[in-house]
Amino acid sequence: MTRLAYYPGCTLKTKAKNFEDSTLATAEKLGIELVEPERWNCCGTVHSLSTDDVMHHLAPVRNLLRMEELRDAGKVDSRQVVTLCAMCYNTLKRSNTVFNTDSDRRKKIRDNMYKEEKEYSGNVEVVHYLETLREMGWDKVKEAVVKPLTGLKVAPYYGCLLLRPRGTGIDDTDNPTIMEDLLEALGAEAVGFAYSQKCCGSYNTVHMKDVVADLAYKILNHAAEEGAEMLITACPLCEYNLGPMQSEVEKKHPVFDSIPVVYFTQLMALAFGLGEEATAFTGNTPDPRPLLREKGLLEE
Amino acid sequence: MSYPRSNLILRMDPENKRFKDRVTELSGENVDLCFQCGACSSGCPMTQEMDLLPSKIIRMVQLGLEEALESNTIWVCTTCFNCEVRCPRGIDIANVMEALRQLVLRKKYNRVSLDELSPEELRDLPQIALVSNQRKLTA
Repeated sequence: MTRLAYYPGCTLKTKAKNFEDSTLATAEKLGIELVEPERWNCCGTVHSLSTDDVMHHLAPVRNLLRMEELRDAGKVDSRQVVTLCAMCYNTLKRSNTVFNTDSDRRKKIRDNMYKEEKEYSGNVEVVHYLETLREMGWDKVKEAVVKPLTGLKVAPYYGCLLLRPRGTGIDDTDNPTIMEDLLEALGAEAVGFAYSQKCCGSYNTVHMKDVVADLAYKILNHAAEEGAEMLITACPLCEYNLGPMQSEVEKKHPVFDSIPVVYFTQLMALAFGLGEEATAFTGNTPDPRPLLREKGLLEE
Repeated sequence: MSYPRSNLILRMDPENKRFKDRVTELSGENVDLCFQCGACSSGCPMTQEMDLLPSKIIRMVQLGLEEALESNTIWVCTTCFNCEVRCPRGIDIANVMEALRQLVLRKKYNRVSLDELSPEELRDLPQIALVSNQRKLTA
């Protein structure tokens, strides 16, 4: 077992429990133990873009310090911290970059963290679980597959924060393949579509539901038109805007056909044959199970 | 007809210059690099909700026009960074939008309020939606 530090983030413990459950099960199957520190805090969800902002870097940097403590205590084997939520990934990674490249703000951040027992050194690498899989090798993922997802047409939805801005993304900004590579390893068919990297409306879902429903309609419809039967995502906010939001989409667009949206790890758990608790499809709206049964990928 | 070169230099009123300098300082971006190609606006997923296109906002900042702060564009922006990766001049446009929002928010302005949400909405929305919404749109 390789032991890696793991930052779950708030939503993974509540609304996106299915994302965490499926990830932990698939990681174990692949010989990775994801070690969660005893305490951590919200990352702040969005990276602070103003040049004079120090305050909003404290939350992410404090989390990175927790990860460093895990390593100091000999509880993990690497300097990497694995994230799942695309927003957490982006926020932690960019704050880490600010800390390591901006000496003025590094000093101010440290000055504000005087109550910590130890100073953060900057020597933690923020990665996304998809990167961990790629680093391990897609053939290793393929070896773990006991039930290939043959005949399942899946559209990978990247959204924004896994790929942008340049330098922060986990793959090529314009032509990413990491989710396609995963789908191929799982035996599914990846379906490309024009809206795979278009924003779902993000936090505007709180006060501009109408607008987000229109964006979701475009994204989901484009995927369906290309022949996709479901979408995968790596962000709990994208999942919310494209999944549960479909009831709003239906109100606005009567001809719309609902289409399941799941986390990429749930399809991994399915292909790895890890059972109901690991796939955790009960947490998804709309329910992906009727489609998967129809495809012969899930028992009645 | 030829113009003497000095006539081509943009002369700005002190108040316009002050505004432009403040945006430059907060965003860390040199908006003068923009030559109005419009790539940011063409890639923006939110333009249908905006009163001014992102490229137009950049133009206003170039000219130091504080009216940019009255546009709904800066509040509709989802910070998806699409404009940023498309800009051929390397301007981080999302940083400029953030600077403009900050100039308003730092005067204790709140664009949204949790009080406007029903108990059902508060229950159903994932934390990241609420936290990011408040982080971006409140003082």
